[in-house]
Amino acid sequence: MKAKSETTSKEKVIAIKGVTKSFGDYQVLKGADLNLYKGENLVVLGRSGTGKSVLIKIISGLLTQDSGTVNVLGKDVNQLKAKELLELRLRIGFSFQNSALYDSMTIRQNLEFPLIRNKKKLTKAEINNAVETVLDAVGLMQTINQMPSELSGGQRKRIGIARTLILQPEIMLYDEPTAGLDPITCLEINSLINEVQERYKTSSIIITHDLTCAKEVGNRIAMLLDGQFQRKGTFNEVFDTDDARVTPFFEYNFIQ
Amino acid sequence: MEVKNSRFSQKFNNMFLEIYRVHTFIIKFFKEAFSPPFEGKEILKQCYQVGYKSLALISLTGFITGIVFTKQSRPSLAEFGATSWLPSLVGIALLRTLAPLLTALISAGKVGSSIGAELGSMKVTEQIDAMEVSATNPFSYLVVTRVLATTITIPILTFYTAFVGLLGGFLNVTLSESASFSAFVQSFLESITFLDVIASTVKAIIFGFTIGMVGCYQGFNSTKGTEGVGKAANSAVVIGMFLVFMEEVIATQITFMFRT
Repeated sequence: MKAKSETTSKEKVIAIKGVTKSFGDYQVLKGADLNLYKGENLVVLGRSGTGKSVLIKIISGLLTQDSGTVNVLGKDVNQLKAKELLELRLRIGFSFQNSALYDSMTIRQNLEFPLIRNKKKLTKAEINNAVETVLDAVGLMQTINQMPSELSGGQRKRIGIARTLILQPEIMLYDEPTAGLDPITCLEINSLINEVQERYKTSSIIITHDLTCAKEVGNRIAMLLDGQFQRKGTFNEVFDTDDARVTPFFEYNFIQ
Repeated sequence: MEVKNSRFSQKFNNMFLEIYRVHTFIIKFFKEAFSPPFEGKEILKQCYQVGYKSLALISLTGFITGIVFTKQSRPSLAEFGATSWLPSLVGIALLRTLAPLLTALISAGKVGSSIGAELGSMKVTEQIDAMEVSATNPFSYLVVTRVLATTITIPILTFYTAFVGLLGGFLNVTLSESASFSAFVQSFLESITFLDVIASTVKAIIFGFTIGMVGCYQGFNSTKGTEGVGKAANSAVVIGMFLVFMEEVIATQITFMFRT
């Protein structure tokens, strides 16, 4: 398996500067700086509880940072009014760790929901077409009338990704897309992330512990250590080190 | 002693913090309820859910209450030869207190707990966050619709309970003596006032608002996984019922002031 190379674009779609965030006395982010460039897949690695998920929640405006700035598609997320934030969110797709499918709705209703809410001028036929297109993209057309509880973990992840794709976002945020899945499903999800990057021309941040996923989908890797991104670069650049905080990741994933 | 004081002050602080949170939640409700987009379709769906969930239990409880109340009241009235007052007595008791209170308590148990559990489950499984990031205002879609639904539906259910209770009362009366339903209703209508109807309606609206608000607040702010969902459902019932009783006492005092 060969690691992906960096993309050539230097146009920033997300610029994070000096972001800090504390929960009570515990400071998780201690001045994090990170850029996401147009068209790239950026993998964020780090130990559990180091603030990776917190970071993407700050990017999408679900949490507010204590200090620092987060600029997404040219807009400072903290300075946006409620309506402007909703408009920005239409351009960001967020795939949750546990998929967060609406469990009282069928898969069709789950996928229709963001469209019905946000694109009120669409006809029923256009909505159906959009639903079928994204379901086809994730290869789960047969599940259209099923309930989320009837799906496997991998299928739920795919539907979660399909639900974010239906609004055709420019940025995708994946929170541990392969967590809790078997190796074959992990590989399928990795391929899907790469397919989404190519087909929908998205720029993505992928939070993961899974180095196979990182190597397969990431154009760049950023490693969160002690609340800051202390190592950034391609997969090989990040892991070409004797740093005792980094090497266990590599050893656990590829030697064990 | 110092540790005890510090715990007491911590609890005191938490209490005020909670009051502040509830206050903010209520303010947000009124702000969102009067700002577009208005969720008419979802409100109707929730009204149907609230009515449908409680109807069977309310019918049964209201009917039995009517029968039992009439049965219990008859001997006392018979002592004074005033059994003809039964329709008025049953009607007034049902309309002024029993129907609003019974409906509210049943709704707090059935609807309040269901709202608390549903929103709690959505919260802990990140469905509310998912709604938010897909550019939908979850407060407007989930909270405003449910609170409006309980505020609209519970007054309707209250009058339904009063009607079913009257039927129960009439059934009991006809078992002991011959009476026509129209005469029974006529006697009831003659004994109630406009103030009784208005007071019951206002009270039922307040009860409905309280039950919806408590259920939504508990669910929307639940934490700690499945344990939190159970706690949200439980708190929605306990706090909802407690507040309904408190409001009943206050409403009765205020109505009494108007009556005198």
